[in-house]
Amino acid sequence: MKRKLSDAQFAWLIIAPSVVIVFGIVLYPLFETFLYSLKDLDLSAGSLGDYVWLHNYLEILSDGDFWASAGRTAYFAAVSISLELILGTLIALLLNEEIKGKTFLRSIIIIPWAVPTIVNGAMWKWIYHSEYGALNALLTQLHLIDHYHSWLNSPWMAMNMVIIADVWKMTPLVTIFLLASLQLVNKSVYEAAMVDGAGMIRRFFTLTLPYLKPTLLVIIVMRTMETFKVFDIIYAITQGGPANGTMVLTYQAYLKAFSNLQYSQGATISYLIGMMIALLTYGYVKMLKRGEAA
Amino acid sequence: MKKFWSMALSSILVAASLAGCGAGKENAGSSADSGPVTLNAIFMKQAGYSEDDITAITKEFMSKNPNIKVNTTFVPYEALEQKILTGAPNGGYDVVLIDAPWTAKFAKAGIVQEVTDKLPEADRQDIFAGALDAVSYEGKLYGLPWLNDTKFLFYNKEMLKKAGFSNPPKTWDELMAQAKVIKEKGIVEYPIVWSWKQAEALSCDFTTLSETFGGKLVRDGKPTLTDEGNQKALDFMVQSLKDGISNPKSTEFLEEDVRGVFSSGKAAFALNWTYMYNLANDKTQSQVAGQVGIAPSPGQGSVVSASVNGGMGVALAKGSKHPEEAWKYMEYLSSKEVQKKYAKNALPIWKSLYDDKDVIATNPEVVAASKVQYNYLANRPQVPWYGSLSTELQVSIQQALLGQKSTKDALAELQQKAEELANK
Repeated sequence: MKRKLSDAQFAWLIIAPSVVIVFGIVLYPLFETFLYSLKDLDLSAGSLGDYVWLHNYLEILSDGDFWASAGRTAYFAAVSISLELILGTLIALLLNEEIKGKTFLRSIIIIPWAVPTIVNGAMWKWIYHSEYGALNALLTQLHLIDHYHSWLNSPWMAMNMVIIADVWKMTPLVTIFLLASLQLVNKSVYEAAMVDGAGMIRRFFTLTLPYLKPTLLVIIVMRTMETFKVFDIIYAITQGGPANGTMVLTYQAYLKAFSNLQYSQGATISYLIGMMIALLTYGYVKMLKRGEAA
Repeated sequence: MKKFWSMALSSILVAASLAGCGAGKENAGSSADSGPVTLNAIFMKQAGYSEDDITAITKEFMSKNPNIKVNTTFVPYEALEQKILTGAPNGGYDVVLIDAPWTAKFAKAGIVQEVTDKLPEADRQDIFAGALDAVSYEGKLYGLPWLNDTKFLFYNKEMLKKAGFSNPPKTWDELMAQAKVIKEKGIVEYPIVWSWKQAEALSCDFTTLSETFGGKLVRDGKPTLTDEGNQKALDFMVQSLKDGISNPKSTEFLEEDVRGVFSSGKAAFALNWTYMYNLANDKTQSQVAGQVGIAPSPGQGSVVSASVNGGMGVALAKGSKHPEEAWKYMEYLSSKEVQKKYAKNALPIWKSLYDDKDVIATNPEVVAASKVQYNYLANRPQVPWYGSLSTELQVSIQQALLGQKSTKDALAELQQKAEELANK
């Protein structure tokens, strides 16, 4: 090669593969999905896609089932994030203390998070099994229940059971995040507070919590996005049942698009989920910025 | 700079010529008269004929037809529909395995070809009518039945004997009477177990019960969910839960859970697919091995019996460039010769084979029950919007089963939703 490539050319050459990948498997499908949401692509009705513009959006937004699913998704998000934050904070505080086996505990706490969600779902499905589930066996052996219960048999109960499975898996992530923040705390401030006579609870609320606030907000933003997109754990444990008790938005989109071939409806719900997440994130980021300014 | 572009160009050319090679091969195959023809066929990985069986059958076919080459693809059932939808319209597959409730939507969406004229009348007479209906839409044939399956009544012979009954029930009334005795004598707590989870399994059982009680989910393409028969079927389901005859956990069970409960001796009756017979009689997997009986699904009133058709068929993809050869392969797959040879893994679609002693020898009890049952198949509604209907049906039925709504309200709401789907 006589001439060397210029820096710019070299840069383009290097990023070309990623550009192809990003455009090919992220942006192009995203764009195509958006087009689907404006058409009436419904193979079960034999229509192959005429533009109907906002018709799908109007139809879905006026559909009671959609709002019921949205409500369930919000419930799932709120309860599971709250539990994860509370448990995560408590565990992080514990692991931040000088206790025996600290290093060992810190490394095993991450295990649930390392389990793939679908495996986690399959595992909890067996734990909850009403005939040979581990939970039933445990509670029976402890004489807390006298016969095997059905844990996934009522809509509300099933939703809470799925939430427990999700909390079990995601709490470690929260713990690790918070633990990392706690490690950077200036210990002398705490000593000063103790000298001034501040109790443990007081120290937590006036020192630790404000200090953890930015990290907590980041976790909330991240987990909100994830919980609004919850799919695999529902797919593995309840498949939306019983009586739609765990029918969340993404599962509804999946059923419409891939099981009933109503591609446009599925695409529309997906875009609505995206918009909800964008809206929530916008709110959080504003909050985060205000927090930083203060 | 020049060098850079020439390099880029030449690499594009190389890539294009490689792609060209691929295309060239396909072109060679497309002229039917000269040279060998290549067919692509897609099957699923589990149940009935195994992957090895299908590979062996295909090999035999190729040795008999040296100028046809068949490439087979195997995917899990869950991925099958997707693969067909994306691959079949543009010629990716020639022969596709389809599940009964897909026929209508595939036909309407133009994914599979009509084959009405290809099947000789004599053959048509010898195939179970219900199996043919499952691959038909609006009176036209869109495939060949192939992998036969339906649900049977499984019963525990020991338990029935202990309760003082020598024969399995012939009607649901009789079943309820026997079940009550079994429950009262304390033989099992919940005599019958079902797969009533919010899933396709529930739609299957409801189809069976609806047909047995004289109802229809859809008549002439119009939803008729408030039919008297459907009402009776749903009332029956709810009542059986109230009486403690049906296992209350049924609403969270799939077929495998039903097998688990039945095999561990916690149920006297169960409705399940054919596969359960061998597994429930297998000592390594079941505590009730040797006690398992199989009978046609019970009838009611003037209905002798009815059971959901869970059969699958092979269909000719619309985009196929070699319809003649593909049909030949489909015919071979479901031919009497092949179906007889592999009868122990899946029972034939041909009525005449049920009197064949080799076929009977594979599993006498199952063949005897099948011979009757395949004459009483209930197909899930043959409408393109069946998928959405099934989704809604599962929710409404569960609402009634869980006592959230009365059976009447549940069906009325379902009817309303179904009408919306049908009018779309």
